Amino acid sequence: MYVAVKGGERAIENAHRLLAHERRGDRNVPELSLAQISEQLGLAVDRVMSEGSLYDRELAALAIKQARGDLIEAIFLVRAFRATLPRFGATEPVDTGAMRVQRRVSSTFKDIPGGQVLGPTFDYTHRLLDPQLAMASDPDAPALAEASHAPTPRVTDILGQDGLIEPSPQTVEGAPVGDLTRDPLGFPAGRDLRLQNLARGDEGFLLALGYSTQRGYGRNHPFAGEIRFGEVEVEFFAEEIGFAVPLGSIELTECQMVNQFKGSATEPPCFTRGYGLAFGQSERKTMSMALVDRALRARELGEDLVAPAQDEEFVLSHSDNVQATGFVEHLKLPHYVDFQSELGLLRKLRREFAEANAEPALKEAAE
Amino acid sequence: MQSLDRALQPGFADKVLSAQATFRTVMEAMARPGQVMQVEDGVGRPPSMMAGVAAIALTLFDQETPIWLDAPLSGAPDIGAWLKFHTGAPIVADPALASFALVAAPEQLPDLRSFALGSADYPDRSTTLVLQVASLSVGPMCQLRGPGIDGTVSLCASIAPADLFARLSINEALFPRGIDVILVDGRSLVAMPRTTRLAAAGG
Amino acid sequence: MDGNMSGNTLQERRQGAMQVLSHAPAADIALRMAELPLPPYQQLRAPENGLVMVRGRIGGDGAPFNLGEATVSRAAIRLHSGEVGFGYVLGRDGEKARLIALCDALIQSPDHASAIEVKVVAPLRAEMRAARDQAAAQAAATRVDFYTMVRGEG
Repeated sequence: MYVAVKGGERAIENAHRLLAHERRGDRNVPELSLAQISEQLGLAVDRVMSEGSLYDRELAALAIKQARGDLIEAIFLVRAFRATLPRFGATEPVDTGAMRVQRRVSSTFKDIPGGQVLGPTFDYTHRLLDPQLAMASDPDAPALAEASHAPTPRVTDILGQDGLIEPSPQTVEGAPVGDLTRDPLGFPAGRDLRLQNLARGDEGFLLALGYSTQRGYGRNHPFAGEIRFGEVEVEFFAEEIGFAVPLGSIELTECQMVNQFKGSATEPPCFTRGYGLAFGQSERKTMSMALVDRALRARELGEDLVAPAQDEEFVLSHSDNVQATGFVEHLKLPHYVDFQSELGLLRKLRREFAEANAEPALKEAAE
Repeated sequence: MQSLDRALQPGFADKVLSAQATFRTVMEAMARPGQVMQVEDGVGRPPSMMAGVAAIALTLFDQETPIWLDAPLSGAPDIGAWLKFHTGAPIVADPALASFALVAAPEQLPDLRSFALGSADYPDRSTTLVLQVASLSVGPMCQLRGPGIDGTVSLCASIAPADLFARLSINEALFPRGIDVILVDGRSLVAMPRTTRLAAAGG
Repeated sequence: MDGNMSGNTLQERRQGAMQVLSHAPAADIALRMAELPLPPYQQLRAPENGLVMVRGRIGGDGAPFNLGEATVSRAAIRLHSGEVGFGYVLGRDGEKARLIALCDALIQSPDHASAIEVKVVAPLRAEMRAARDQAAAQAAATRVDFYTMVRGEG
């Protein structure tokens, strides 16, 4: 046993050395800088920040470099890092209505106050590989136009003025805000905890679940009321200072889904809503999140629970890719003892099977 | 702001290294109950707070660890301001909500059952008592036993309340719940986790 | 809503300055501070890194929820004349937090407030606004101007 352990140590050390070598790749190729990752692979950085649940571009870029581009590994690194820092408190809730909008589109109204702003989007690109990008590129400077300083109210605010959409659940004074990084998640979970879980949840998982609702597994008739991306100011009330301190700004993407209406004998019908919010430019993530948020409200809205996306325990327990990868990948760790006992049992069963089948044959032969 | 007048004392000069060193000391003390350990000197603190208590506060307290202060400490305005500024820890009036209790007058220590004793699911969510005592070098000798002690260990100390060990005997029935105690005299500290028992008193 | 000197109360001036400084690179703040004579001061809280939990609101305007954390650096200093300044800023740049704390203390000092505003905050505010105007103009160019196709003969 001792020998095996020592051999393992050496092998591990050398495996890490080999990993570092492979990470660097051909040394004739210039090494990636964090600034290059942050500037040129910005959406990978955004995803690592969202699912790593830590807004810090430089750290996310470092994690991507260290993980050789494996984003789930990078997310794991970021999650581990955040556990090393003290938390000073929680910010004031950000005001997405006051976002400095870089992109803002609505599929429900053509004309919205503040207008439809396409921003930096893949939409309307032809999805044809661009061979020119394989060489050094020097794109044209962005076009400029006079910016209107008109406010850009959320589409849901506009619908809300006429009572056509349900209001958001209002703040209950003094009620604690659920935090699954502090207290283990229990069921049923409040919508605050569900949104926190979805915000750090795996984009692919949420995308598949959101898609499943569109294909009929818990259909909720969504319209993308609005998607916006831009900068919001972050403020932190520091007790020792006595006022809300501006900390700077962060980039966020917000998606407001406008969904299937409901009404009752006592309440006029109105649209319902699903909500998505994520760090950086994470449009697919926030749209999926909004679909799943709405699906998870099935019980609250008196709908039949028939589909996976509506099953809170199923969704929230499997959305976290760090947890998921830990459990799936632990299968490759030594299970020698477990397996030996399985093997022993299997051999015994086979022996018994062989004996049971051999008997009639012997009998026949004897006759 | 108003409370941050000129009287506000600084904390650790080197926050990271001092906090790491203090953490190591407290962990070592918890692993070796009854042994007197020293935290490093030079920690900024309000005058009525011992250096060991200040180091523990700067190391272990944050905005998620509610703190209960006994009457002399809660009556001193510089203590609350200093704790709030350096640790961000909320100060609570109900000892049952406290992660830590700081006690400058241990002879008036309230009934231990008024503190958090932990739950069956989370026995760690109990109050850790930090008592400022008269001496951890001079005084009656007692012998302690329990995990982390090879046989018994002797401690000479002037400890209040006089019946501290009798009171801590509630830990026997509560286990795995229970109260952990850190005794502090200046820079010296001794830990008595919930598994430590009095083997013999007097001497 | 960006920092504005016209804020009448001291708190508004401090918040306005903090907002401008939080957006400026530390080197730019340091460069401008270097031109000013600084009074003696004491470090009250050495720069330290930590986290804040960023909160959003359900539906954008409803009850709060925890979105995820962000790195923050903070520091505090005290001028020998008594003013205490705080720096809190996104990221892990302790030097930037210290510079913001120093500016915050100086803004509260009648002897230094106007120099800090004129030499440090005002030019950085102008740079911040220029950068924002640029971004807004770029976004505005991608705004869709819908028009109706006229069919047939009018």
